[in-house]
Amino acid sequence: MNILVNGAQHDVPERTTIAALLAQLELTARHVAVEVNLELVPRARHGEHELREADRLEVVTLVGGG
Amino acid sequence: MAAGTHASQTRSDDRLQIGAHTLASRLIVGTGKYASYELMGEALALSGTDCITVAVRRERLIDARGQNILDFIDTSRYTLLPNTAGCFSAEDAVRVARLGREILLSLENPGADWVKLEVLADTKTLLPDPVATLAATELLVAEGFQVLCYTSDDPIMARRLKQAGAASVMPAGSPIGSGQGILNPNNIRICLEYLKQGDPDYPVIVDAGVGTASDVTIAMELGVDGVLLNTGIAHAADPLQMALAMKAAVEAGRLAYLAGRIPKKLYATASSPEAGTIAPKPR
Repeated sequence: MNILVNGAQHDVPERTTIAALLAQLELTARHVAVEVNLELVPRARHGEHELREADRLEVVTLVGGG
Repeated sequence: MAAGTHASQTRSDDRLQIGAHTLASRLIVGTGKYASYELMGEALALSGTDCITVAVRRERLIDARGQNILDFIDTSRYTLLPNTAGCFSAEDAVRVARLGREILLSLENPGADWVKLEVLADTKTLLPDPVATLAATELLVAEGFQVLCYTSDDPIMARRLKQAGAASVMPAGSPIGSGQGILNPNNIRICLEYLKQGDPDYPVIVDAGVGTASDVTIAMELGVDGVLLNTGIAHAADPLQMALAMKAAVEAGRLAYLAGRIPKKLYATASSPEAGTIAPKPR
Protein backbone atom coordinates (compact mmCIF):
# COMPACT_ATOMS: atom_id res chain seq x y z
CA MET A 1 0.00 0.00 0.00
CA ASN A 2 1.05 3.58 -0.52
CA ILE A 3 1.64 6.05 2.27
CA LEU A 4 3.09 9.54 2.30
CA VAL A 5 6.10 10.06 4.58
CA ASN A 6 7.34 13.64 4.85
CA GLY A 7 5.74 14.41 1.53
CA ALA A 8 7.25 11.44 -0.34
CA GLN A 9 5.42 8.30 -1.52
CA HIS A 10 6.42 5.04 0.18
CA ASP A 11 5.23 1.58 -0.74
CA VAL A 12 4.93 -0.56 2.41
CA PRO A 13 3.28 -3.93 3.16
CA GLU A 14 -0.29 -3.97 4.51
CA ARG A 15 -0.54 -3.54 8.29
CA THR A 16 2.96 -2.07 8.61
CA THR A 17 3.35 -0.57 12.08
CA ILE A 18 5.02 2.75 12.77
CA ALA A 19 7.82 0.91 14.58
CA ALA A 20 8.39 -1.28 11.53
CA LEU A 21 8.44 1.72 9.23
CA LEU A 22 11.00 3.54 11.39
CA ALA A 23 13.17 0.44 11.42
CA GLN A 24 12.90 0.17 7.63
CA LEU A 25 13.91 3.82 7.33
CA GLU A 26 16.82 3.14 9.72
CA LEU A 27 15.75 5.90 12.07
CA THR A 28 16.53 6.04 15.78
CA ALA A 29 13.09 5.82 17.37
CA ARG A 30 14.21 7.81 20.40
CA HIS A 31 15.18 10.75 18.19
CA VAL A 32 11.95 11.11 16.25
CA ALA A 33 8.29 11.89 16.76
CA VAL A 34 5.57 10.72 14.42
CA GLU A 35 2.32 12.28 13.38
CA VAL A 36 -0.24 10.32 11.35
CA ASN A 37 -2.90 12.36 9.57
CA LEU A 38 -2.12 15.39 11.76
CA GLU A 39 -2.38 13.43 15.05
CA LEU A 40 0.68 12.67 17.16
CA VAL A 41 1.17 8.97 17.89
CA PRO A 42 3.20 8.57 21.11
CA ARG A 43 6.26 6.35 20.91
CA ALA A 44 4.68 3.84 23.30
CA ARG A 45 2.08 3.09 20.60
CA HIS A 46 4.47 2.83 17.63
CA GLY A 47 4.60 -0.97 17.97
CA GLU A 48 0.84 -1.43 17.77
CA HIS A 49 -0.24 1.38 15.46
CA GLU A 50 -0.84 -0.12 12.01
CA LEU A 51 -0.68 2.22 9.05
CA ARG A 52 -3.40 2.37 6.40
CA GLU A 53 -3.45 3.11 2.69
CA ALA A 54 -2.95 6.83 1.95
CA ASP A 55 -1.91 7.69 5.51
CA ARG A 56 0.05 10.91 5.66
CA LEU A 57 2.95 10.83 8.07
CA GLU A 58 5.23 13.47 9.45
CA VAL A 59 8.41 12.01 10.93
CA VAL A 60 10.34 14.75 12.68
CA THR A 61 13.47 15.15 14.73
CA LEU A 62 15.31 17.98 16.44
CA VAL A 63 17.56 20.29 14.44
CA GLY A 64 19.50 23.44 15.22
CA GLY A 65 17.27 26.43 15.80
CA GLY A 66 16.92 29.64 17.74
CA MET B 1 35.02 44.36 51.56
CA ALA B 2 31.37 44.34 52.51
CA ALA B 3 30.40 45.26 48.98
CA GLY B 4 32.46 42.40 47.56
CA THR B 5 30.82 39.90 49.88
CA HIS B 6 27.42 41.20 48.92
CA ALA B 7 28.16 40.90 45.21
CA SER B 8 29.39 37.32 45.46
CA GLN B 9 26.32 36.32 47.47
CA THR B 10 24.09 37.96 44.93
CA ARG B 11 25.76 36.10 42.12
CA SER B 12 25.63 32.66 43.68
CA ASP B 13 21.93 33.06 44.47
CA ASP B 14 21.17 34.65 41.16
CA ARG B 15 19.32 31.94 39.28
CA LEU B 16 16.80 32.37 36.52
CA GLN B 17 13.46 30.85 37.42
CA ILE B 18 11.02 30.21 34.56
CA GLY B 19 7.96 28.24 35.56
CA ALA B 20 9.25 25.00 37.08
CA HIS B 21 12.74 25.44 35.62
CA THR B 22 15.70 26.92 37.45
CA LEU B 23 18.59 27.94 35.23
CA ALA B 24 22.11 28.75 36.38
CA SER B 25 22.79 31.04 33.42
CA ARG B 26 20.65 33.94 32.27
CA LEU B 27 21.73 33.34 28.71
CA ILE B 28 19.65 30.99 26.55
CA VAL B 29 21.44 30.08 23.34
CA GLY B 30 20.08 28.80 20.05
CA THR B 31 21.64 25.89 18.17
CA GLY B 32 20.96 27.05 14.60
CA LYS B 33 23.19 28.35 11.81
CA TYR B 34 26.60 27.19 13.08
CA ALA B 35 29.15 26.16 10.45
CA SER B 36 29.30 22.70 12.07
CA TYR B 37 27.81 20.80 14.99
CA GLU B 38 31.29 20.60 16.53
CA LEU B 39 31.59 24.39 16.51
CA MET B 40 28.08 24.65 17.94
CA GLY B 41 28.98 22.33 20.82
CA GLU B 42 32.09 24.33 21.69
CA ALA B 43 30.29 27.67 21.47
CA LEU B 44 27.46 26.46 23.71
CA ALA B 45 29.95 25.28 26.32
CA LEU B 46 31.87 28.59 26.27
CA SER B 47 28.67 30.65 26.54
CA GLY B 48 28.03 29.20 30.00
CA THR B 49 24.42 28.48 29.14
CA ASP B 50 22.52 25.53 30.55
CA CYS B 51 19.49 25.97 28.32
CA ILE B 52 19.50 25.71 24.53
CA THR B 53 16.76 26.05 21.96
CA VAL B 54 16.14 23.50 19.22
CA ALA B 55 13.77 23.33 16.27
CA VAL B 56 11.54 20.49 15.07
CA ARG B 57 11.89 19.49 11.42
CA ARG B 58 11.23 16.58 9.10
CA GLU B 59 13.78 13.80 9.46
CA ARG B 60 16.56 13.53 6.88
CA LEU B 61 15.57 16.56 4.86
CA ILE B 62 17.82 18.93 6.76
CA ASP B 63 21.24 17.38 7.13
CA ALA B 64 22.52 15.80 3.95
CA ARG B 65 25.41 14.22 5.84
CA GLY B 66 22.99 12.20 7.93
CA GLN B 67 24.20 13.72 11.20
CA ASN B 68 21.73 14.33 13.99
CA ILE B 69 22.19 17.27 16.32
CA LEU B 70 21.39 14.98 19.23
CA ASP B 71 24.71 13.23 18.65
CA PHE B 72 26.46 16.53 19.42
CA ILE B 73 24.49 17.69 22.47
CA ASP B 74 24.94 16.37 25.99
CA THR B 75 21.27 16.21 26.91
CA SER B 76 22.15 15.65 30.57
CA ARG B 77 23.96 18.99 30.64
CA TYR B 78 21.43 21.19 28.88
CA THR B 79 17.72 21.72 29.31
CA LEU B 80 16.39 21.73 25.77
CA LEU B 81 13.83 24.35 24.84
CA PRO B 82 12.01 23.23 21.68
CA ASN B 83 10.62 26.01 19.52
CA THR B 84 7.76 26.25 17.07
CA ALA B 85 9.80 28.27 14.57
CA GLY B 86 8.45 28.19 11.06
CA CYS B 87 4.80 27.97 12.13
CA PHE B 88 2.36 30.47 10.71
CA SER B 89 -0.82 29.30 12.44
CA ALA B 90 -1.83 28.47 16.00
CA GLU B 91 -2.85 24.96 14.91
CA ASP B 92 0.56 24.19 13.40
CA ALA B 93 2.35 25.64 16.42
CA VAL B 94 0.39 23.30 18.71
CA ARG B 95 1.26 20.31 16.48
CA VAL B 96 4.96 21.19 16.51
CA ALA B 97 4.92 21.75 20.27
CA ARG B 98 3.43 18.28 20.77
CA LEU B 99 6.02 16.71 18.44
CA GLY B 100 8.87 18.45 20.25
CA ARG B 101 7.54 17.33 23.61
CA GLU B 102 7.33 13.76 22.36
CA ILE B 103 11.03 13.72 21.39
CA LEU B 104 12.12 15.35 24.65
CA LEU B 105 10.09 12.80 26.62
CA SER B 106 11.97 10.05 24.77
CA LEU B 107 15.25 11.76 25.63
CA GLU B 108 14.10 12.12 29.25
CA ASN B 109 15.08 15.78 29.07
CA PRO B 110 13.45 18.15 31.58
CA GLY B 111 12.54 20.49 28.71
CA ALA B 112 9.67 18.20 27.73
CA ASP B 113 7.16 20.33 29.62
CA TRP B 114 7.91 23.67 28.01
CA VAL B 115 8.02 25.28 24.60
CA LYS B 116 9.26 28.46 22.99
CA LEU B 117 6.19 29.57 21.09
CA GLU B 118 6.74 31.33 17.79
CA VAL B 119 3.82 31.98 15.49
CA LEU B 120 5.06 34.14 12.66
CA ALA B 121 3.16 36.48 10.40
CA ASP B 122 5.40 36.63 7.34
CA THR B 123 8.81 35.51 6.17
CA LYS B 124 10.20 38.95 5.43
CA THR B 125 9.91 40.44 8.91
CA LEU B 126 9.56 37.21 10.92
CA LEU B 127 7.40 39.32 13.19
CA PRO B 128 4.97 37.39 15.38
CA ASP B 129 1.31 37.16 14.44
CA PRO B 130 -0.16 38.55 17.68
CA VAL B 131 -3.65 37.11 17.25
CA ALA B 132 -2.41 33.61 16.41
CA THR B 133 0.26 33.80 19.12
CA LEU B 134 -2.37 34.55 21.75
CA ALA B 135 -4.61 31.74 20.47
CA ALA B 136 -1.73 29.26 20.49
CA THR B 137 -0.71 30.32 24.00
CA GLU B 138 -4.21 29.58 25.28
CA LEU B 139 -4.30 26.17 23.56
CA LEU B 140 -0.84 25.14 24.81
CA VAL B 141 -1.43 26.34 28.37
CA ALA B 142 -4.65 24.28 28.39
CA GLU B 143 -2.55 21.25 27.37
CA GLY B 144 -0.22 21.77 30.30
CA PHE B 145 2.71 23.33 28.47
CA GLN B 146 4.80 26.03 30.09
CA VAL B 147 4.79 28.54 27.28
CA LEU B 148 7.69 30.91 26.71
CA CYS B 149 6.20 33.34 24.30
CA TYR B 150 8.09 35.13 21.55
CA THR B 151 6.37 38.43 20.86
CA SER B 152 7.05 41.95 19.67
CA ASP B 153 7.93 44.62 22.22
CA ASP B 154 4.31 45.77 22.50
CA PRO B 155 3.51 46.12 26.22
CA ILE B 156 -0.22 45.54 25.73
CA MET B 157 0.37 42.30 23.85
CA ALA B 158 2.88 41.27 26.50
CA ARG B 159 0.24 41.76 29.17
CA ARG B 160 -2.34 39.77 27.20
CA LEU B 161 0.08 36.86 26.83
CA LYS B 162 0.83 36.81 30.55
CA GLN B 163 -2.91 36.88 31.28
CA ALA B 164 -3.30 33.91 28.93
CA GLY B 165 -0.92 31.96 31.15
CA ALA B 166 2.48 32.33 29.46
CA ALA B 167 5.26 31.19 31.82
CA SER B 168 7.47 33.89 30.33
CA VAL B 169 6.93 36.69 27.86
CA MET B 170 9.86 37.20 25.50
CA PRO B 171 9.76 40.49 23.62
CA ALA B 172 12.06 40.88 20.64
CA GLY B 173 14.72 43.57 20.85
CA SER B 174 14.56 43.85 17.06
CA PRO B 175 13.70 41.46 14.21
CA ILE B 176 15.03 37.89 14.42
CA GLY B 177 18.59 37.60 13.14
CA SER B 178 18.78 41.31 12.34
CA GLY B 179 21.49 42.16 14.86
CA GLN B 180 19.96 45.58 15.44
CA GLY B 181 19.98 45.24 19.23
CA ILE B 182 17.35 46.80 21.48
CA LEU B 183 15.57 49.22 19.15
CA ASN B 184 13.01 50.51 21.62
CA PRO B 185 14.28 50.27 25.19
CA ASN B 186 11.30 52.31 26.38
CA ASN B 187 8.88 49.62 25.21
CA ILE B 188 10.94 46.97 26.98
CA ARG B 189 10.79 49.14 30.12
CA ILE B 190 6.99 49.35 29.90
CA CYS B 191 6.76 45.60 29.23
CA LEU B 192 8.80 45.06 32.41
CA GLU B 193 6.62 47.44 34.40
CA TYR B 194 3.38 45.78 33.27
CA LEU B 195 4.57 42.20 33.55
CA LYS B 196 6.27 42.58 36.92
CA GLN B 197 3.62 44.75 38.57
CA GLY B 198 2.83 42.96 41.83
CA ASP B 199 4.77 39.97 40.47
CA PRO B 200 8.45 41.00 40.52
CA ASP B 201 9.72 37.48 39.88
CA TYR B 202 7.78 37.03 36.64
CA PRO B 203 10.47 36.20 34.07
CA VAL B 204 10.89 38.47 31.06
CA ILE B 205 13.42 37.45 28.42
CA VAL B 206 14.65 39.51 25.48
CA ASP B 207 14.46 37.14 22.53
CA ALA B 208 15.88 38.06 19.16
CA GLY B 209 17.75 40.91 17.55
CA VAL B 210 20.92 40.78 19.62
CA GLY B 211 23.97 41.55 17.49
CA THR B 212 26.83 41.86 19.93
CA ALA B 213 27.75 41.83 23.60
CA SER B 214 26.68 45.41 24.36
CA ASP B 215 23.14 44.61 23.14
CA VAL B 216 22.93 41.85 25.74
CA THR B 217 24.25 44.11 28.47
CA ILE B 218 21.81 46.89 27.60
CA ALA B 219 18.91 44.41 27.75
CA MET B 220 20.02 43.09 31.12
CA GLU B 221 20.56 46.60 32.50
CA LEU B 222 16.94 47.40 31.66
CA GLY B 223 16.00 44.67 34.14
CA VAL B 224 15.03 41.76 31.94
CA ASP B 225 15.68 38.37 33.50
CA GLY B 226 17.57 36.84 30.62
CA VAL B 227 18.47 37.01 26.95
CA LEU B 228 17.87 34.42 24.26
CA LEU B 229 20.14 34.67 21.23
CA ASN B 230 21.41 32.56 18.36
CA THR B 231 22.72 34.37 15.28
CA GLY B 232 24.83 36.83 17.29
CA ILE B 233 27.11 33.93 18.26
CA ALA B 234 26.60 31.54 15.35
CA HIS B 235 27.36 34.07 12.62
CA ALA B 236 30.07 36.05 14.42
CA ALA B 237 33.42 35.95 12.62
CA ASP B 238 34.68 33.93 15.59
CA PRO B 239 31.71 32.25 17.30
CA LEU B 240 33.84 30.94 20.18
CA GLN B 241 35.15 34.39 21.13
CA MET B 242 31.63 35.81 20.80
CA ALA B 243 30.24 33.06 23.05
CA LEU B 244 32.68 34.19 25.75
CA ALA B 245 31.75 37.83 25.12
CA MET B 246 28.02 37.08 25.46
CA LYS B 247 28.63 35.20 28.71
CA ALA B 248 30.51 38.18 30.15
CA ALA B 249 27.91 40.60 28.79
CA VAL B 250 24.93 38.91 30.42
CA GLU B 251 26.76 38.80 33.75
CA ALA B 252 27.90 42.42 33.48
CA GLY B 253 24.42 43.62 32.62
CA ARG B 254 22.80 41.65 35.42
CA LEU B 255 25.30 42.90 37.99
CA ALA B 256 24.89 46.48 36.81
CA TYR B 257 21.11 46.17 37.05
CA LEU B 258 21.35 44.78 40.58
CA ALA B 259 23.91 47.43 41.52
CA GLY B 260 21.67 50.26 40.30
CA ARG B 261 23.12 52.73 37.83
CA ILE B 262 23.55 56.44 38.55
CA PRO B 263 21.00 58.79 37.04
CA LYS B 264 21.99 60.57 33.84
CA LYS B 265 22.65 64.30 34.26
CA LEU B 266 23.18 67.03 31.71
CA TYR B 267 26.23 68.60 33.38
CA ALA B 268 29.42 67.30 34.91
CA THR B 269 29.96 66.39 38.55
CA ALA B 270 33.58 66.26 39.71
CA SER B 271 34.82 62.95 41.06
CA SER B 272 37.76 64.51 42.88
CA PRO B 273 37.15 66.75 45.92
CA GLU B 274 36.46 70.35 45.01
CA ALA B 275 37.87 71.52 48.35
CA GLY B 276 41.57 71.55 49.15
CA THR B 277 42.93 72.30 45.70
CA ILE B 278 46.19 74.28 45.60
CA ALA B 279 46.14 78.01 45.01
CA PRO B 280 45.99 78.70 41.30
CA LYS B 281 48.87 80.56 39.75
CA PRO B 282 47.86 84.20 39.29
CA ARG B 283 46.99 84.89 35.64
